Amino acid sequence: MSVLPLDNVLRDIHAVVIGASAGAIAALSRLLPPLAPDCALPILVAVHVPADRPNNIPALLQTRCRVRIKEAEDKEPILPGTMYFAPPDYHLLVERDHRLSLSNEEPVNYSRPSIDVLFESAAEAYGRTLLAIILSGANEDGAKGARAVSEAGGLVAVQSPDSADARLMPEAALAACPDARPMSLAALSELLCTYGGRVRC
Amino acid sequence: MTNSAAVKADEIELQLFLEAIYRRYHYDFRGYSRASIKRRLLLARERMGCPTFSALQERVLYDATVLPQLLDYLTVQVSDMFRDPGYFLALREQVIPHLRTYPSLKVWVAGCSSGEELYSLAILFREEGLESRTMFYATDINAGALAKAEAGIYDLQRLALFTRNHNLAGGKGSLSDYYTAAYGAARLDKTLRRRTVFSDHSLVSDAVFAEVHLVSCRNVLIYFDRPLQDRAVGLFKAALVRKGFLGVGARESLRFNAHAETFAQVLSGERIYQKRGDV
Repeated sequence: MSVLPLDNVLRDIHAVVIGASAGAIAALSRLLPPLAPDCALPILVAVHVPADRPNNIPALLQTRCRVRIKEAEDKEPILPGTMYFAPPDYHLLVERDHRLSLSNEEPVNYSRPSIDVLFESAAEAYGRTLLAIILSGANEDGAKGARAVSEAGGLVAVQSPDSADARLMPEAALAACPDARPMSLAALSELLCTYGGRVRC
Repeated sequence: MTNSAAVKADEIELQLFLEAIYRRYHYDFRGYSRASIKRRLLLARERMGCPTFSALQERVLYDATVLPQLLDYLTVQVSDMFRDPGYFLALREQVIPHLRTYPSLKVWVAGCSSGEELYSLAILFREEGLESRTMFYATDINAGALAKAEAGIYDLQRLALFTRNHNLAGGKGSLSDYYTAAYGAARLDKTLRRRTVFSDHSLVSDAVFAEVHLVSCRNVLIYFDRPLQDRAVGLFKAALVRKGFLGVGARESLRFNAHAETFAQVLSGERIYQKRGDV
């Protein structure tokens, strides 16, 4: 399968957002390790995690990945080659000046962090230079956000429901977003590496 | 890089809307984190049946009764009693021993919203035997939220969480000692607020009003952009006594703040800072 968008032209992508819920660790553990440490893209991630305890996913992934992984801090400038996780119990948003904001607003789709909140704000900030990826998950958070990314001209890629531990989230995103394409994790990883500018897959 | 050739219409409208609220009502949201405020105003717009920010602007400019409703969208009111229990435990164990050395104390709960944090501190200070020498200032810009804070009545369903938090925060005795339950609501003991002044105060436009020993301002700064965060922390710096304490939210830090040098972190885990003695 080609990793290029439908028009077969490599787009100018400046940032990646990723959303996942149930099955997130398995999917991220296959998606991210091939990324080179000098990846040219920032990657912003919202994963549904319990509100009342520390999120151990960033530390776990850091043992397997070469890009820098951290929890997002409020008003932090977004840097390439860095992966930022939304902290538990906070929404993560992107400002137009490409800084990160945290928010304590009500949960969206019963979720805080919410994938929709991250994707919608990133779509505003990055427009057509954004790549959004929806992975495994058991609720419909992310579908509206994926649509917003697509409407702003960005690219949307979705883990194929058949390959996901939980298929509801990818299915909802594909339904909400006609331009989105279902892809295997291997193809998604290759896509990410291609846009990261350092093909190591 | 950015598609800045044409500013999107709704961005222009949003900016004009915030300008209009400021000039008509002196509520200044122009320095708030834009992504979050836009999200909340889109929600307000939808629920109030306005197709555009311009329509919403016209409505609020000519009908002042819409303003309180709008303020509930513009200000985020999400809190729990003893939220992040580790914060209150750290205050109890690390900060209270310092505060104990003062003959009288002032505590400023900045952005107190509906009062959960104020009552948590009032209970903490009572348990630690400091209440009788402490004056609390609870401030917010939202009059509706301040009224709720002053009433001190919360949905009874929330009390299970509050009780758990209180225990984790090293609470002495039971939280039920501090409220009476009736008709699905918990009414907090009104003596908890007898040493509190509730007041309208804006971190955006108002000045310092008292010298204080502890500022607790949690999950407020995240709604401000960087310059506004600098202003707010500048106010705290000016209000605090030498070696006074500043508590912020679990995910807030002074790392990107202009006044970062003025403060030392007391504990790395909890976000409690101490104003340095030499400034």
